[in-house]
Amino acid sequence: MATSPVVENLSTNLDQIFIITRDWLTHFLPAAWRPAVDVVLSVVVIVCVFPGLFALTTVFERKGLGRIQNRLGPNRTGPFGFFQPIADGIKSLTKEDIVPASADGVLHFLAPVILVVAVFMGFAVLPMGRNMVLVDMDAGLLFFFAMGASTELSVFMAGWSSRNKYSLLGAMRAIAQMISYEVVLLLSSVSVVMITGSLRLTKIVDAQNQYSYGLPHWYIFTPWGLAAFIMYAIAATAETNRSPFDLPEGESELVAGYHTEYSGFKFALFFLGEYLAMFSISGLGTTLFLGGWSAPLEVFNVVPSWIWFFGKVMMSIFVFIWMRGTLPRLRQDQLMNFAWKFVLPFTLLDLLVTAMWRFMGEGWLRWVVSTAILAGAYVLMGRVSMYRQHFAPRKYRYAD
Amino acid sequence: MGIMFYLIAAITLAGALAAMTLKHLVHAALAVTVAFAGLALFFLNLDAQFAGFAQILVYIGAVAILVVFAILLTRGSELPKDGVFSRTWFVGLPVAAGIFAVLGWAVIASSKALPSDAPTPAVNVHDIGVALVGRYVLPLEILALLLTAATIGAVMVALHEKERAK
Amino acid sequence: MLGEGILKGMAETARNFAGSYVSKERLTTVEYPEQRIPTVENARVFPFLVYDGPDSQSGLRCVACQICEKECPPKCIFIDKSADKKPDYVGKPQFYPAKFDIDISVCMSCQICVEVCPFEAIKMDTQFELATDDRFGGLLLDREQLAKSNEYYHSIHPTEATEVDSRLAEEKAKAEAKATAAADAAAAKAAAASTPKPNPPAAGGD
Repeated sequence: MATSPVVENLSTNLDQIFIITRDWLTHFLPAAWRPAVDVVLSVVVIVCVFPGLFALTTVFERKGLGRIQNRLGPNRTGPFGFFQPIADGIKSLTKEDIVPASADGVLHFLAPVILVVAVFMGFAVLPMGRNMVLVDMDAGLLFFFAMGASTELSVFMAGWSSRNKYSLLGAMRAIAQMISYEVVLLLSSVSVVMITGSLRLTKIVDAQNQYSYGLPHWYIFTPWGLAAFIMYAIAATAETNRSPFDLPEGESELVAGYHTEYSGFKFALFFLGEYLAMFSISGLGTTLFLGGWSAPLEVFNVVPSWIWFFGKVMMSIFVFIWMRGTLPRLRQDQLMNFAWKFVLPFTLLDLLVTAMWRFMGEGWLRWVVSTAILAGAYVLMGRVSMYRQHFAPRKYRYAD
Repeated sequence: MGIMFYLIAAITLAGALAAMTLKHLVHAALAVTVAFAGLALFFLNLDAQFAGFAQILVYIGAVAILVVFAILLTRGSELPKDGVFSRTWFVGLPVAAGIFAVLGWAVIASSKALPSDAPTPAVNVHDIGVALVGRYVLPLEILALLLTAATIGAVMVALHEKERAK
Repeated sequence: MLGEGILKGMAETARNFAGSYVSKERLTTVEYPEQRIPTVENARVFPFLVYDGPDSQSGLRCVACQICEKECPPKCIFIDKSADKKPDYVGKPQFYPAKFDIDISVCMSCQICVEVCPFEAIKMDTQFELATDDRFGGLLLDREQLAKSNEYYHSIHPTEATEVDSRLAEEKAKAEAKATAAADAAAAKAAAASTPKPNPPAAGGD
């Protein structure tokens, strides 16, 4: 691409601006301290940026849901309501922290802490821009899923330590849901690992950062990638207890599920943990399927890579909000049936199709065959599962 | 070796001791989770990333959850009436000493065969993958069969109970 | 096909989202108290007393007949008749209310007092922002607070007020015509009585 050297220099500098700033800040220090201070600075930035995004997301969610529901969202605090999270934060901090008398004090305290810690650890392996990953681990994807699995333990601790029937029920349901959809989450990312040949997230992004005829090699643009992405998205929605899978914390079911007995700052920590989990799982989905920090068309590489990454993550968040405003909540048995009887078989089929794609070699044939198999299976499974369901308006028979 | 080894060893031993001595069963289950985490930290300390993260994913993410579900679905959360130590605890001493002797002999005998200052091989996930489907493909397939059998068995048991409940 | 319903639903919500920025029907929120929905003409909240003319006490149409006090279901009207009389809009001397209190914390806005009033004196107001922190008399409106001018009545219920005014004017005209006829008759009678007439049958015939 024939851009002038000035523009290229500027765009590279802008792209690497955080790296350049960090190096400038640490070049005052002796060389022995630099790696540790580098890491500490990056951690501080992550801990500040993502909760800031969380605050912004809460406003977008409330205003977005309001507009979808033909009403305004909050618009009194600050211009267009954008200081609402500050008001929410002050409310959470000043509310009385009530711990039930018969609750298990230590576990009750530790549960939100473990949740937030486990979720923050997941951000350590996401490549947020060119050369912008905190720890470039060889088994990065596995690390991410290991941290995700630790959140289930915190959910159980929260539900059990409250000594409340409803909390316990909510926790059981939440864990059952999380375990079921965790299988789907992992299997759908195995397709990506199979094609890339590595668990290292930076290598996965590099594999997608290539262009042919100007179009990128993102995995979502392949038939198996699209199917895997949809399954990943469904599993991600269920993992973070997000509508339509939010029965465990449904505000109109089970009081508030496993965080019934939490008030004040601990509840705010649960809330923070849930939204951060949403960000990190969207970040991973972006890395695996949407090309991470790579630009959609080759010409757009002048725009910094971290803008693309965060743009894609925010797009995913908007889709989450959109789904929340559209779909009704699934019941627990409907949720589990959906996971084990539809999503999981389809994901296994997708694995087979991915393997076939890999061994068929380049050419148009593999596109046609993969698309045919996946589309055919989808339509077939849809017809089979909807075979006896009647969704017409109910007809009544009256006694004569 | 140094300080990290002793720190991680302290965490693991503390978790294991707590798991043995705590009266409340759910607390004991969570203490054994701490011991699992300690083992994962050992693996990570030895640069075995895959083993360490698999340990977290499988043991803490699945086995610990299984243990607490089992405790909750049976009525195991009642406190034991007469303490956690059995009255015939001194029988355990020779058994424990015997096991420790065997394990110690095995470790020391094997460490004589290995040179102690050889560089640790850098194993990455790719090598593990190649080894699993190359040299160790038979154990892999046997494990897969075992897991399938366990899954089918679980479904059958649940199905059987459901029919009996009907 | 599976998933079709979800996509249709998402299209509908997207339409709602985008439409809420451009069309009024997809964003029906009215930001009270900066914006208000204009009240309908037939709105009714609590009663008020109508007065004609500039003076709020002498122009009150109410003649203290106490029909509304008797008909009010929760008994929220308290009237004290005056001792003297003053002329009403047709000139006839009538009582007037020395004390007219309505307890609007009790009033249920049924409009029965309006329906039974023969003098078009009590009508329904449309003001609803009457909250007060005075627990002991803030919601007990007395005669001065209840009296509002006929022009105000025209501004809140134009159709009704015009109709009432025309009816009252008609009755006034009829009464005046009757009074003029009666005065003419009385004058003629007086004239006939005061001047002796030569032919007595003609005087007796009129």
